[in-house]
Amino acid sequence: MDLLRSANREQIARRRKIDFCLHLLFAAATSVGVVALCALLIDILIDGIGRLRPELFEHFPSRRADRAGMKSAIVGSMYMLGIMLPISFMLGVGAAIWLEEYAGRGRLTRLIRLNIRTLAGVPSIVYGILGLTLFVRMLMLQRSLLAGAFTMTILVLPIIIVAAQEALRAVPKSRREAAYALGANKWQTVSRAVLPSALPGILTGVILAMSRAIGETAPLIMIGALTYVAFLPKSVLDPFTVMPIQIFNWMSRPQPEFHELAAAGILVLLALLLLMNFAAILLRNKYSKQI
Amino acid sequence: MNVERLRTGQAVGATGPKPKRARAAGARAFRNGRRSVMNRLMPVLLGLCASVSIITSVGIVYTLVSETIFFFRDVPIVEFLTGTRWSPLFEPKSFGILPLLAGTLLITVIACAVAMPVGLASAIYLSEYAPRRMRNVVKPILEVLAGVPTIVYGYFALSFMTPIVRAIFPETGIFNALSAGIVVGIMIIPMVTSLSEDAMNAVPKSLRDGAYALGATRFESALKIVLPAALSGIVASFVLAFSRAVGETMIVTVAAGATPNLTVNPLESIQTMTAYIVQVSLGDTQRGSIEYGSIFAVGTALFVITLLLNLLAQYVAGKFREEY
Repeated sequence: MDLLRSANREQIARRRKIDFCLHLLFAAATSVGVVALCALLIDILIDGIGRLRPELFEHFPSRRADRAGMKSAIVGSMYMLGIMLPISFMLGVGAAIWLEEYAGRGRLTRLIRLNIRTLAGVPSIVYGILGLTLFVRMLMLQRSLLAGAFTMTILVLPIIIVAAQEALRAVPKSRREAAYALGANKWQTVSRAVLPSALPGILTGVILAMSRAIGETAPLIMIGALTYVAFLPKSVLDPFTVMPIQIFNWMSRPQPEFHELAAAGILVLLALLLLMNFAAILLRNKYSKQI
Repeated sequence: MNVERLRTGQAVGATGPKPKRARAAGARAFRNGRRSVMNRLMPVLLGLCASVSIITSVGIVYTLVSETIFFFRDVPIVEFLTGTRWSPLFEPKSFGILPLLAGTLLITVIACAVAMPVGLASAIYLSEYAPRRMRNVVKPILEVLAGVPTIVYGYFALSFMTPIVRAIFPETGIFNALSAGIVVGIMIIPMVTSLSEDAMNAVPKSLRDGAYALGATRFESALKIVLPAALSGIVASFVLAFSRAVGETMIVTVAAGATPNLTVNPLESIQTMTAYIVQVSLGDTQRGSIEYGSIFAVGTALFVITLLLNLLAQYVAGKFREEY
């Protein structure tokens, strides 16, 4: 009996030890992501902090690293977001409302849902090919701000639709029923009872989609957002460049000074992204307290 | 109350008591009219918004297929699929996609070798071991990691990972598949972690409690109870991460080089399908030329591969899901 008991105790001790070791291993694996993020930030900070000067924001790109800045890229990114935001908001939220509030459970709805999920997984460069053919060539927008903004709108649309769908789904059914009970028709219910309470969630999704758009490089290279733009676009049909493309351009030059510029550009981009993420988190916290 | 009838727009206004004065009646009728016009118009407009996604898909398929057909008039499809040399920009031109496919696969395999174990282990840690406070710290960090633009990862690969790789393997070139692959792996870790963790969180607590009641340790309950129950979600996350690595563009463009090599040596410079498309569109390629056509052919191959992987992930997630 004693023998059995001590054998059992040994076995338990061994199992506990395995559990402990793997606990450490799993924790170490989790820290890989954190460590990678820190390494990335420190690496870029060291390279780029010296070039983070006013010239970076005030100057146009130049062949001489000392005089080069990313003014046209920053402005280009902002213009592109400004055009994208209303279009993608309306299309994305509209599609989400239709899917959640109006669409039946038929085959068409299922097809559209599957389609949106699939589109979210299409590589961004394929959207670039689509933008090149559809907007640049067919609609003859050339390599303009508008062509870029349209391409990016199509790219982020699945993200916005899925986020907005989730936000709409989280609105309690009782809100809708209360509106109907007051005599509201379907559209009044949706626009005045459902939408306002889903709005913070929707906005979070929209902000995340915009932060995806601002860092996206490949599709804009495809549609030919120029890398050397020493002017600000005056109309939506002018050529333009964006921050990631300017950074890519600096990275592909051999001189180390331009690599420092690229790192400084990345710092600006990351700061902007952090700001947007922070706004999204604030919105989400507010939202989760509400329900 | 018959909610369905109300939903169709025959709201109180239509059935309510008649107003005393004609003017009020007119105003109300106008208001009701506008209300019902909006009510009828909006579903159509919203449906149009939803149809944009279908149009996008049709557009993608149409552009890819129509230009690819042109390309296959010049280059036989068999040569494209089985050729082992890809040199579209130099004479003699040759369009065999296998080197690009091999480069893509090499990057993807390295990335998955990094991301799958690390991502799964983090998911297990976060869902089975970590205290709540720890999760609340780590999850936002992973979200930030997922939101870093790929061009930034490209810089990281070139300026941080490549020197490390070259210090370990001195014969490595500046552009090599290994450092690009590792960084692509780092990029997809958050995806594996968060999707796998979602799947494991969906396993009911009662199953774990049952395992603990039988004397299982946390590890035993994770390995033998939670993992099998969440397997469909975990496999789906792996497939999605794989597909994401296949479609990744900027990291490989920056760090993996531009030499279409049919090789399995990760220390060599290679070219992926995505990097080739970028390379051609950076140059001055005439529309209608064979190089121009080749980006559509490669794009089609890329699209078909990622589409199949995505459908596979959805199939796995739906088919083998355990219902509780």
